[in-house]
Order: sequence, then C-alpha cells, then structure tokens
Amino acid sequence: MSDTLGMVFIGIGLFFDFVGCLGLVRLPNVYNRLQAATKCVTLGTCSILFGVFLSMGFVAAGIKALLCIVFLVLTAPVSAHAIARGSHRSGIRLTEKSVTDAYAEDDEGEA
Amino acid sequence: MKAKLVLFVVVFLVWLGLSWSVDVQHLVVGAVVSLLVTAAAAGMFRRTPRLLKRPGRYFYFLFGYVPLFIWEVVKANFDVAYRVLNPVLPIRPGIVKVKTDLKSDLALTFLANSITLTPGTMTVDVDRENGFLYVHWINVKDPDIEGATRLVAGRFEPLLRKIFEPEEESE
Repeated sequence: MSDTLGMVFIGIGLFFDFVGCLGLVRLPNVYNRLQAATKCVTLGTCSILFGVFLSMGFVAAGIKALLCIVFLVLTAPVSAHAIARGSHRSGIRLTEKSVTDAYAEDDEGEA
Repeated sequence: MKAKLVLFVVVFLVWLGLSWSVDVQHLVVGAVVSLLVTAAAAGMFRRTPRLLKRPGRYFYFLFGYVPLFIWEVVKANFDVAYRVLNPVLPIRPGIVKVKTDLKSDLALTFLANSITLTPGTMTVDVDRENGFLYVHWINVKDPDIEGATRLVAGRFEPLLRKIFEPEEESE
C-alpha cells in the first residue's frame, strides 16, 4: 500500500521536474526561467523524496529523505534570490514584454 | 551560552535523524561532531533564543503557516505548469515593489522565501531600511505598490507578524 503511494508521489514529482526543465528551455530570460526552476523543481524533488520516504518507511534512508526536504525548502528560494539579484546588478534587463521594472526605477539594481 | 546549547541540541537531533541508529558508537561520534559544529557556527547566532516564551507561535506556525504554505506551493506549481505547457506562453513579467512592515531578520526571510515559492512571484531584493521588497512577477496584475502588496504579501504577512514579530528586535 505505502509502496504504491510512494510510486504515485514519485510520479507526480517526475512530472513537475519535467515541467520545470521545460520552463527552463521555453521561458524568455533569466528571471522567468528562475521562476520555473525554483518552484517546479522544489516541489518536484520534494515529492520524489517524500515518495522515497513512503516506500522505504522509517529506516535510515527514509529519514534522510525527509531531512533533505527541509533543507531543500530552506535553500532553494535563497539561491534563486541570490541569482536574480546578481543578474539584475550585473545589468541583465527584463524582456521587452515586461510591464514594469520598479527595481531599475529606484536605481537600486545598478551595479 | 543558551544559544550554543540550543544549537548543539538541534545539530545533535539532525545527526540522530541522519544516522537513525542508537548505539554507543553513533552517539559518541555524533556528540563530538555536534560540539565541533557548535563551536564553529555559534558566532552566526548571537541573539539569545527565547524558545518557550510564547508557545502559541508554534501552534500558529504548524497549523497556520505550514498548511497555507504547502497549499500555495502546490498552486504555484500548477500555475507554472499551465504557463509552460501553454503554446502561447501567457506571461506578463515585471518587477514590482511590495511594502512590508515586518522588521526582524527571521520574519523578512520567511516572507521573502514564501513569496518566492508562491504563484508567479520571486523576491529579487530586500530594502530593509524603507521596508520594501522587490518582487519579480511573471504575470503582473497590478503595477503600483498598494495593489501589489495586497496581492503578493497579503496572505502571509499577518500570520508571520503573529509568529515572529512581537518578541524580536533586529540587532
């Protein structure tokens, strides 16, 4: 039973990881790509890890998977934030389709 | 001293989770490693922790913030999946300013991370002095400050204020 459930979670995770990678290819620039990469890959990988925990149960590997979820949720947004801030400061503009750029207007994002 | 003790206990618990077997060998090695990590990293956590001062915030955190966060993350993923799989690529990107009156490091970190993992938004920078967050929004619905604040941060801010704000002063 928990084995099947684990497989279901791993399947969901694979789907979202795939969507994240597709977004990395299809979206126009670094900021939009980061959106897809952080959101989908975080949930996708967390879902895979949770599936691993469900099918392994309370053994060393399962608990390690649970701890990895915590670390992933804490670190993924921070790295995305650092990459986005760094790219804006090194002068990468938003796409032409963009509506507004309050960051550049305030001269905050200039290097 | 208290901060070091708390850090030691947390590190030791993580070690126990990672090794997941309770025998003398693991416990001794774990204690030594935890001591080393505590000695190396204690300088990063200078404030004295007040763990049990207001137990109510753990309740709010576990039953208020965590379910909301998981729900928003799932919604965010379906949102991204819809945008990526749609052949037209329906995006309207832009960076908006969001006002916040949270002040402490921890609360701002949680707010920024929550914004990053929720639908269509990603925190780019934090302006602590004036209380602004710069948020990249994949589908800008409202470019001015008030509207963006309500739409982006409105769900998390009251809850985070309840959990983190009253007892902490930024250093």
